[in-house]
Amino acid sequence: MQQAKFLSLLAGLAVTGGSRAAWEVNMTEGVTAVSRNIYGLHMTIMTICAVIGLVVFGVMFYSIFKHRKSKGAVPQQFHESTLVEIVWTSIPFLILVLMAIPATKTLVDIYNTDEAEVDIKITGYQWKWQYEYLGEGVSFFSNLSTPTEQIQNVRNKNPNYLLEVDEPLVLPVGKKVRFLVTAADVIHSWWVPALAIKRDAIPGFINEAWTNIDVPGTYRGQCAELCGKNHAYMPIVVEAKSEEEFEQWLQDKKEQASRERELTDKVWSMDELMARGEQVYNKVCAVCHQPNGAGMPPIFPALKGSPMATEANQVGAHVDIVMNGKKGSAMQSFAGQLSEVDIAAVITYERNAWGNNTGEMVTPKEIVEYKKTGVYEEDPARQTMPDNQQASL
Amino acid sequence: MSTVTDSAEGTDVKAHEDHHGPAKGLMRWVLTTNHKDIGSMYLWFSFAMFLTGGAMAMIIRAELFQPGLQIVEPAFFNQMTTMHGLIMVFGAVMPAFVGLANWMIPMMIGAPDMAMPRMNNWSFWILPFAAVMLISTLFMEGGGPNFGWTFYAPLSTDYGPPSTTFFIFAIHMLGISSIMGAINIIATILNLRAPGMTMMKMPLFVWTWLITAYLLIAVMPVLAGAVTMMLMDIHFGTSFFNAGGGGDPVLFQHIFWFFGHPEVYIMILPSFGIVSAIIPAFARKHLFGYTSMVYATASIAFLSFLVWAHHMFTVGMPLIGELFFMYATMLIAVPTGVKVFNWVTTMFRGSMTFEAPMLFSTAFVVLFTIGGFSGLMLSIAPADFQYHDTYFVVAHFHYVLVPGAIFAIFAATYYWLPKWTGHMYDETLAKVHFWMSFIGMNLTFFPMHFVGLAGMPRRIPDYALQFANFNEISSIGGFLFGTTQFLFLFIIIKCIRGGEKAPAKPWEGAEGLEWSVPSPAPYHTFTTPPDVK
Repeated sequence: MQQAKFLSLLAGLAVTGGSRAAWEVNMTEGVTAVSRNIYGLHMTIMTICAVIGLVVFGVMFYSIFKHRKSKGAVPQQFHESTLVEIVWTSIPFLILVLMAIPATKTLVDIYNTDEAEVDIKITGYQWKWQYEYLGEGVSFFSNLSTPTEQIQNVRNKNPNYLLEVDEPLVLPVGKKVRFLVTAADVIHSWWVPALAIKRDAIPGFINEAWTNIDVPGTYRGQCAELCGKNHAYMPIVVEAKSEEEFEQWLQDKKEQASRERELTDKVWSMDELMARGEQVYNKVCAVCHQPNGAGMPPIFPALKGSPMATEANQVGAHVDIVMNGKKGSAMQSFAGQLSEVDIAAVITYERNAWGNNTGEMVTPKEIVEYKKTGVYEEDPARQTMPDNQQASL
Repeated sequence: MSTVTDSAEGTDVKAHEDHHGPAKGLMRWVLTTNHKDIGSMYLWFSFAMFLTGGAMAMIIRAELFQPGLQIVEPAFFNQMTTMHGLIMVFGAVMPAFVGLANWMIPMMIGAPDMAMPRMNNWSFWILPFAAVMLISTLFMEGGGPNFGWTFYAPLSTDYGPPSTTFFIFAIHMLGISSIMGAINIIATILNLRAPGMTMMKMPLFVWTWLITAYLLIAVMPVLAGAVTMMLMDIHFGTSFFNAGGGGDPVLFQHIFWFFGHPEVYIMILPSFGIVSAIIPAFARKHLFGYTSMVYATASIAFLSFLVWAHHMFTVGMPLIGELFFMYATMLIAVPTGVKVFNWVTTMFRGSMTFEAPMLFSTAFVVLFTIGGFSGLMLSIAPADFQYHDTYFVVAHFHYVLVPGAIFAIFAATYYWLPKWTGHMYDETLAKVHFWMSFIGMNLTFFPMHFVGLAGMPRRIPDYALQFANFNEISSIGGFLFGTTQFLFLFIIIKCIRGGEKAPAKPWEGAEGLEWSVPSPAPYHTFTTPPDVK
């Protein structure tokens, strides 16, 4: 263990800035012009502080060692000097003015969000990020992908433990990208150190930021504003690709989205809905309601055995709360977050998993209808579906 | 400054004491209006809260010892970080300074007691009830406050636990206690100074507390307003901070930090006063630049009202706002620098000895200055985009609060303990206490600069692997610092129970009226005002 640490220390010394060594002690230089400017400001002000510190502490420790009673030091009587006071008021003031000039320049640059070539809306949710490529019709959620077993120390941790997601934000290099940052519930903060962007995501506000990445690569960050229980578990991963690769990726995403939409028209069986529902549940719902449906009352109610998820006349209410959320609670509106298929699947799963065993299923078509009318009604066609009976899991 | 007194004064007071000694039994403490009794109660309360908040810090450091979740769940971890902050700010640091003010200000200005002794009693007795209410939330359904000591809306309103209402009332009570304490201190200093004790002759501790008390009166009502608006949002359907109802979550932060930034100085200005008494005493040399110290303190207090939004550089303020708050914040470095230069110059060509009060004060100057440097770095708005809400900030404010506020309180305790108890404390043990605290504190908080710069956000129970090594070191340092404080308790109790008899003035170079009365200070001092030349 000790040896491993020593080796990683050596590795840390050998690799230059931006490395992810375990003994990293400084800010990353990053991969944009702005991030390098900020790094420069950071190093300048730190150096100034270090020099002032050396002088002040130098005098102080000189006194501490020389002017001791035990060394026969006799106290002097001076205790006032207007000149000295003026000098040590003015010199720091001048240093600050000199420091303020480059800081102001960098800040003005950071605030210039004009002429962006790509616009991306970032929305913070408890506890995930949504990325929308404005004008492209591409939108997806980015969730932590580190398995729970690693967090619970049952399995060994990945190198990118807690800094990995199921779907990264993909950006082109060499283009000015503008971010519009907001939140759907509480305040979050979107932070990627390599881009030197930290912008609070605030419900009801849209904050702007921009970047222009020089180097292709994968850059990792985390939510920087306390946003509740799983604040530590909503990382950000940015993949910067060349322009051609980025266009190709965007094209693939668009095709994938249209294939998703076709799934709504398919006739779904109970088993299919349950299988998909379990996936959706574990990805989206389990953070609060727990994988076993027991929740964490009273903040996050249990679904297992709850009236809403078990009583036949409550299906409508169940659909309603998943679609629209519950005001004044952490229960979000999922109508815009999940596809009709996913919503139907997850409600079906919640009504049949963990011994809820209602045998009821909700179909994607019913959700589509609900979206149109705002009222949940059973689709008469689904009564005839064959495997309704084997619902009890 | 003021030189003192004839020995007749001392015997006079002693004779007087026989007639008006403290009452017997428990009711002495419940009903007391004596500034020394109330000061002692404040200090004991503060120490109890220091251990409570410290225990929470130990839980935090234990969980952060390694990546992964080992000891607590994230929901409970958030309650620990929140309560640690609230208890240390409102329970430990602020009451400790009020306790020192109660004990020392009347004795320093030659007053018989505080100006409003009954209100003084009430100010104190609100505190234990407020603290019990706050801590009881941990045992309520849904747990205690879990939204950070800054309780940003809407996490604390729409998304807060049911116990938030108790938290709000606890804050109200703590605020009322602070405001009454502040009024009392101002009234005492302005009205009860002995003849000849002009403002510019007052010890700096009195000056810094006078300014602190004005800060308290200015900002505690703002905090009360903020939590009242939260209460309305939670229970009465208003939308002060709810964007969905036309409110503004950023407004909450503006209000909070308009309180919060002066609050930061409330926790440091009295420390400035303490070290400005101790350093001259142990350098056997007058404080350098008394007048400039007074003006620097006043400037810092004034600027503290103009810099609140530097806690909010990332909320998306307009450029002009960012620039204003950046410049104003940088400006604070000037008067703060003046203070540090004055202390160093006071030491220069003195004749120093390093008893425990001086050790803590010297460490204060060095480590507080390091905290000041990181504060200056944080003031640079573009760089703050990288520092904000990381462990760099945690390192920064612990460097100004632990060696700033806490070390100054330790220094003050050792400095005046002989006056309070009539016994000298055990100097050897006190030095052990100092060195273990010093090493523990630096081991805990210095590595936090590194992990913060390397990208570790604050307020997380679990972290990426590259932060593991420094977190382990921080935790070990934290445990060292934490356990060392039991030694402090032992030293105090030992000193109360006995020890070498303390003379009226146990420190060769000490100045001030408090050293003109016998040790221990009689129950009533300065019933007739002393002559201040």
